[in-house]
Amino acid sequence: MIRLNNVVASYRTGRGSINAVDGVTIEIPDGCILGVAGESGCGKSTLMKVLYGDILSPMTLASGSIEYGFVDRRGAPVTSHTVQQEWFRRVSYVPQSSMNSLNPVIRISQQFIDFPGNDPDKRRVLEQVRAYIGKLGLPAEALDAYPHQLSGGMRQRMMIAMATFFQPELILADEPTTALDVVVQKEILMLLMELQEEMGNTIVLVSHDMGVHYQVTHRMLIMYAAKAVEYGDSDSVFEAPLHPYTRMLISSLPTIGDDRARDGIPGRPPSLWGELRGCRFADRCPFATDRCRVEEPVLVEHRPGHFAACHYAGAEMPSGGVQWQ
Amino acid sequence: MAVILRTEGLNKVYRLGSFGRARTIQALNDVDISVESDNPVIIAVVGESGSGKTTLAKTLLRLVEPTSGRAIVYDKVVAGRGAQPGKREFLSSIQPIFQNPFEAFSRYRTVDAYLFETADRVAGLRGQAAEAAVEQALASVGLEFADVVGKYTNQFSGGELQRVSIARALIPQPSLIVADEPVSMIDASRRMIIINLFKRLRDEAGRSFLYITHDLATAYYISDFVAVMNKGQVVEFGAARDVMSNPQHAYTRLLLGSIPTTRSRWRPRKAAAAPH
Ligand SMILES: Nc1ncnc2c1ncn2[C@@H]1O[C@H](COP(=O)(O)OP(=O)(O)OP(=O)(O)O)[C@@H](O)[C@H]1O
Ligand SMILES: Nc1ncnc2c1ncn2[C@@H]1O[C@H](COP(=O)(O)OP(=O)(O)OP(=O)(O)O)[C@@H](O)[C@H]1O
Ligand SMILES: [Mg+2]
Ligand SMILES: [Mg+2]
Repeated sequence: MIRLNNVVASYRTGRGSINAVDGVTIEIPDGCILGVAGESGCGKSTLMKVLYGDILSPMTLASGSIEYGFVDRRGAPVTSHTVQQEWFRRVSYVPQSSMNSLNPVIRISQQFIDFPGNDPDKRRVLEQVRAYIGKLGLPAEALDAYPHQLSGGMRQRMMIAMATFFQPELILADEPTTALDVVVQKEILMLLMELQEEMGNTIVLVSHDMGVHYQVTHRMLIMYAAKAVEYGDSDSVFEAPLHPYTRMLISSLPTIGDDRARDGIPGRPPSLWGELRGCRFADRCPFATDRCRVEEPVLVEHRPGHFAACHYAGAEMPSGGVQWQ
Repeated sequence: MAVILRTEGLNKVYRLGSFGRARTIQALNDVDISVESDNPVIIAVVGESGSGKTTLAKTLLRLVEPTSGRAIVYDKVVAGRGAQPGKREFLSSIQPIFQNPFEAFSRYRTVDAYLFETADRVAGLRGQAAEAAVEQALASVGLEFADVVGKYTNQFSGGELQRVSIARALIPQPSLIVADEPVSMIDASRRMIIINLFKRLRDEAGRSFLYITHDLATAYYISDFVAVMNKGQVVEFGAARDVMSNPQHAYTRLLLGSIPTTRSRWRPRKAAAAPH
């Protein structure tokens, strides 16, 4: 189990500090695929960086802590301060737009060989890598290429190959398949699900595609303006979302053959620099009351294992007249 | 009727590797598409990763020289034999939104510098007029001017930077916007606001779009035409609704059948590995 205890991550900027992740407390069960979704800029990538322990200026872990639920070589529990030692082998990370985090002037094969702590027999490593990338549908020659010679999708697959090669206990993947066509995406996600079932590792997957989350995840975390607003089993979240934002998110994408207009949710989240009061979604929520504007809702368990931060979570929506599309 | 976009036998061959073991990649293989219309249109290009979509876009933008064939945009030859020069006029009529906004902007300049540069060099706007145009473009993608100025790329989230990149392309009011995966990092709700903005720009401001995307549902939602690409070839091309409701090519069917929906699962989902 990975425990996040009131995690606050901030960025120092010329205009002062903002909390891009503002007090997230959740427990991630072992061996589960956790999906993370939410508005652009709500703090998903920041949360991933915190989980990876990649906390570099101007970002700081302003308060809170993470317990990873496994021990290091000396038998001490791994925490936010020591997780860096577990990188690559036990905790791996596919950053967002990772297609440009490959080193542009080094051949792909060399980037595999350069992994810290690798088998010194380069030829043997390359043999293993070659076989592995084949499993992910990449041609062996792709290893000889420089990153710019591969399409965006191929680079993205290469990043996934690097992140899963050592079968780490925790895989953090930020939008790992957005650059891929849906055919390849499906193959990769099916493969990830199979690998995960075999190895029982934990995967945290950030995606904007609610369809991807529905297919792949066991649990879902929905974030809004730096807060966790809903957290629960995926079945429960998709069948009966508790937070109005989650409901709107699930129903906002069009589908093929359906010609109804989709408007998205009008307005924008509050600026994190401003004064934040009450529920951060209140301005855009069709059900907000005066209470929502002054009293901040906390994340509480409404059904077994299903949490939401809304004063009216799961309540019947008023007068049935509002359309969610 | 105007030729909004036409490609004639467009080919692009890339060479990979050193002389000894050189290998070639046919990124575009005899691409022939043609859209003539009196009204502005949205043309979607969908298909396989690595099938040549970005290469097609870069050819139209003159960033890649075709190996053979040519391309016409709004009745002007823009690539290949007989391409007319005139960079500034060209840029004011075609604007790109690049696939990866982190590559499109340098890490060492604040992003507003790009917005003002486009306003100045392409749209010929300076001073207050430039500021107003930049502010309006940012507002249309849901960003506040004050939240953008003075910031470097690494100070934005992926979706924010992608929206800055969209805003930049809107400033010169081009007749064709070549948008390569413009909403890939943007959440479902904001994505619809931007997709609706493209639609409005087509209907009210007369702009055409080449909309390259892996998101087939939004392609269906806004496009007039769609080209389906696989291995450098356009395997199916036609009116978006026809192609997507009644696909003829096996690859198009495979593509449409692979969209992750929230209605039925690809496979029964086993419980998480460890009980909780
Ligand atoms: N280096 C930085 N300096 C200042 N602010 C930053 C920095 N990096 C991110 N931010 C801000 O922190 C907030 C959260 O960013 P983050 O990248 O975590 O969002 P996200 O949820 O991943 O968004 P997206 O879906 O667009 O990728 C945003 O408002 C962003 O502008
Ligand atoms: N500069 C280059 N040098 C060599 N090969 C290249 C170059 N640019 C692209 N290619 C190759 O050309 C083919 C088409 O690439 P392109 O980027 O056009 O694909 P795409 O359809 O945009 O893919 P994606 O959906 O992944 O973005 C790929 O096989 C790619 O590896
Ligand atoms: Mg992000
Ligand atoms: Mg591309």
